[in-house]
Amino acid sequence: MKGGKTRSGKAVSLDAVTVAFNVADRRVYTAVERADLNVADGEFVAIVGPTGCGKSTLLNVAAGLLRPAAGAVRIFDQPLTRLNHQAGYLFQADALFPWKTALENVAIGLETAGVDSVEARASAKTWLRRVGLENFANRYPHMLSGGQRKRVGLAQVLIRDPKILLMDEPFGPLDAQTRQIMGNQLLELWTADRKAVMFVTHDLEEAIALADRVVIMSAGPNSKIIGDWRVPLGRPRDISEVRLEKEFHQLHREIWNVLKSEVLKGYEQSTKVGAAS
Amino acid sequence: MNRVTLLALQLLVGVVLIGTWQVLTTVPIGGVKLLPPFFFSTPYDVGARIVKWLVEGTIWKHLYITLLESVLAFVIGSVAGVMIGFWFARQQLVAAVFDPYIKMMNALPRVVLAPIFMLWLGLGIWSKVALGFTLVFFVVFFNVYQGVKEVSPTILANARMLGMSERQLLRHVYWPSALSWMFSSLHTSVGFAVVGAVVGEYLGSAAGLGYLIQQAEGVFDVAGVFAGMFVLAVFVILIDLLVSAVEKRLLVWRPEPGDARG
Repeated sequence: MKGGKTRSGKAVSLDAVTVAFNVADRRVYTAVERADLNVADGEFVAIVGPTGCGKSTLLNVAAGLLRPAAGAVRIFDQPLTRLNHQAGYLFQADALFPWKTALENVAIGLETAGVDSVEARASAKTWLRRVGLENFANRYPHMLSGGQRKRVGLAQVLIRDPKILLMDEPFGPLDAQTRQIMGNQLLELWTADRKAVMFVTHDLEEAIALADRVVIMSAGPNSKIIGDWRVPLGRPRDISEVRLEKEFHQLHREIWNVLKSEVLKGYEQSTKVGAAS
Repeated sequence: MNRVTLLALQLLVGVVLIGTWQVLTTVPIGGVKLLPPFFFSTPYDVGARIVKWLVEGTIWKHLYITLLESVLAFVIGSVAGVMIGFWFARQQLVAAVFDPYIKMMNALPRVVLAPIFMLWLGLGIWSKVALGFTLVFFVVFFNVYQGVKEVSPTILANARMLGMSERQLLRHVYWPSALSWMFSSLHTSVGFAVVGAVVGEYLGSAAGLGYLIQQAEGVFDVAGVFAGMFVLAVFVILIDLLVSAVEKRLLVWRPEPGDARG
């Protein structure tokens, strides 16, 4: 572990954060309203909510890519004014550089930090091995499968050793089996060096299986955080086996009771004209 | 279909076309030759002319001049197109101010510029280079502009989160994206460079393939016109093959069209 972490234990702290966008006809669309969320150092928090509830918006705020209209964002007790350089962001959409090979894609994260390219490449090789892709180092992104691309993305982010990991439905486009494998791989990498994680997903099972805490957001617009559960499952976990445990089912039922009505509301919202996603 | 069959069929089309031409220009049908050789020449005469040019060696000088003009127009046009395209894409105000002028100049048929270039730059190669330049520049300019503007916002956000500075963004994101668009228009821009050179020569010069064709036309030497066209066609095909080879090397990271991996 690095020594730089502040001891207060709050990696991310969102205090009454409101995010609004200007939309057509001079109207304002409030995506997120007065959200309070604390993520402790080393804690894995999953954020679950219906489609279009502003989960990604919250991540972008924590990343510093989006400025909230109101409220405070603190990263390790420092107000966030620019990009959050302590965070690594794994995007939902393909974000690899298509003109770089897998190896170059992973190495670039270090090269931007001024590490010389020989060293960066050596380190990138190690990371590719960790995500099981050492034989694909010279492939370009389009030659890799969706799951392989996600793993390159994970290595690209982790090689910088960020203290906070932001993940936006990273396994969304993958098939169920690949998702489980990726989930286990993520947990394995995370256990080695516990970072604070904000993991956005619409899949409640995935959220419970992976996280220490599950946070539920209401349907948008004006979505709020409406629930916060601690996951009473031990670690290390195997995410395919943990789904069979009694506590898992109990928690799932409990959270689903809250989430269900929001999912329906979210669906209704999405059928209306002019709904933002 | 395998390659051999394809090649055989392609050759067959050529043989049939040239055979028909030869027959119609030399064999009288019902007492008249359907294609009078005075206007259509004959494949034999055209071939003989090309052989003569090659044996005497006169053609090489003209080819060299046309090649030189095309290369210069392509290189200068591309460099200017890349630089200005990049600049415009990064400076929205500049782009907005110059937008109507760029559109106006691009809409102008370039042939009308030839006399002006001839007056300014004389009958030598530079007036042809200038004409080619005006064609190449806009193709490259628009592609680079588009390439810089259309970088995926996710890739940009990712680059920023990976800690790239403004300079690193230029080098690792904008530049490769712009170049990939430029290379995808390589065939068009190289073709335009040749068009500029040949049209310029045709309108007034002392050397080059366009000059050769124009001279032959001036004395009703139809065989000479066709021979010049044929040499030009081979010249363009060779350049195109070269461009394809370069493109294949430079764009290895691009998915083949229709190759969508999940």
